[in-house]
Amino acid sequence: MAVSDTTTAPMNHRRPSNARSILALTGPAYLWLVVTVLLPLAAMFYFSFLSDVPLAARDWHATLANYAAFFQQDFYRTLMWRSLRLGFEVALWCFVIGFPCAYVLAKTIKGRWREALFLMVIIPFWSNALIRVFSWTMVLRGNGILERFLDWLIPGFGSLDLMFTYAAVVIGLVHSYLPYMILTCYISLSTIDDDLIDAARSMGASRLTVLRRIILPLSMPGIVAGAVLIFVPVIGSFMEPRILGGREGTFLGTVIEDQFTAVFNWPLGAALSFILLACVMIIFAIFQPILRRAS
Amino acid sequence: MKARPINVLARVYLGLVLAFLYVPILVMAAMSFNASQFYMLPIDWSFDWYVKLASNARLLEATRNSIVVALVTTAIASVLGTAASIAFFRYDFRFKKVLQAALFPPIAIPWLITGTAMLMFFFWSGIGRGLHAMILGHVALALPYVIIVVSARIKGFDPDLESAARSLGASPWQVVRHVTLPYLAPGFIAGALFAFAVSFDQFVISYFLSVPGVSTLPVEIYTAIKKGFTPEINAISTLVIAFSITLLVIVSRFYRFGGDR
Repeated sequence: MAVSDTTTAPMNHRRPSNARSILALTGPAYLWLVVTVLLPLAAMFYFSFLSDVPLAARDWHATLANYAAFFQQDFYRTLMWRSLRLGFEVALWCFVIGFPCAYVLAKTIKGRWREALFLMVIIPFWSNALIRVFSWTMVLRGNGILERFLDWLIPGFGSLDLMFTYAAVVIGLVHSYLPYMILTCYISLSTIDDDLIDAARSMGASRLTVLRRIILPLSMPGIVAGAVLIFVPVIGSFMEPRILGGREGTFLGTVIEDQFTAVFNWPLGAALSFILLACVMIIFAIFQPILRRAS
Repeated sequence: MKARPINVLARVYLGLVLAFLYVPILVMAAMSFNASQFYMLPIDWSFDWYVKLASNARLLEATRNSIVVALVTTAIASVLGTAASIAFFRYDFRFKKVLQAALFPPIAIPWLITGTAMLMFFFWSGIGRGLHAMILGHVALALPYVIIVVSARIKGFDPDLESAARSLGASPWQVVRHVTLPYLAPGFIAGALFAFAVSFDQFVISYFLSVPGVSTLPVEIYTAIKKGFTPEINAISTLVIAFSITLLVIVSRFYRFGGDR
């Protein structure tokens, strides 16, 4: 301890040169973030109160019409609910499928196998999201791989008609985000002392009691972190609903995309984006205490 | 222990989840070798789509753009990110917490919002769209990852090593060159690989910042899927996945996934 004190002490005396070093080291990175993230978000906020893009050639004025459109038209409110429901359902399915998986990885499998299986869980997560969603089209479409497989398993099974449905969007998104949940739950679960579980068992607690009273409460930070990390990108998703949902795949995300790539109503798109961002920030604010524990 | 039925059940379950994660990707890979354009089964093995891919100028151009953008992004993000990580490790200053918190918006805000905001701001401010705009955006997304990965490595660094080198007569530059950087190298390489992967797989930001004729591979694939795809997309997707997996296996040598073991 005494040694590290002597190394930090002279630094505090030379404050001006420290400030220069800090600025030189962090300045470029943060200047970059200001130009590419902060200023664009500020510009977006500004544009959301205008009637048109503020270019010299355009006729624009300040207005609240873009926000009024959201609060007055049922169409946008319905979309918002659809998007929130989608985010909730995808996070829930990821938990239902991913938590047991994380538990098996953290508590049942040991050594090199765990390492290898862990890597196998991360690999798809690492690959291009677009390609993963696209590969589902081949599995889900009429007379695709899934229907053929079921038909082979149970002759005369018939068709499922899964492609271009809400269910297809959920399947594709769960596939895309499941590794998040497995990762965060795994990290929480691996910090639970095995002796704690053994002790409870030897005192006569049933497996269910151990799960309910020890494992779930102690892994809650991981579960919540996983759920938030999934929920937030899902409510802003547009590519997955477009590819797998077809006409059933209209969500807030796809409507925002339309404002920028098809309809070219940027101010409305900006207002909708900001409403979406407000939802995201509310969610982060609510779960902030638990998320802080998780990290 | 191994024979306990609950353990068998656990392994079967894990197998099913892995099947769910891998089957679609394997199906796509298998179809890229299927001569039939309508995905007829059984598979009629051939390399037709790979041969066709080799003469698809649009896809090749998009691939080249993807690689260029990813390489430039990697170079910028890993240098800027490593510099910031060193500052966070070495100095305590008033705005440190604020600066560290500021890394989260690029990760936490849905890309749809960041992407459309960049589109509006770049268009309005005259920066414009195209590959340079994509690089601007990709670096912002990659920076937090680089800083997190490099910071994780730096934590184990003993500052006494630097003071020891200095007391033995090394100049500040020699200390950085012969003590600090060699120690940081694995973290730096892992951070750089992360940055490359973030950029190479990035679709949303690139999509909003692309202009007709100038796009990256994911953007080109999205356009192809919307227009009615050809199996060449399967071929290029399979190549991309194989490439990503190779990259991940390399990263895992420098960065321990799953924490300490």
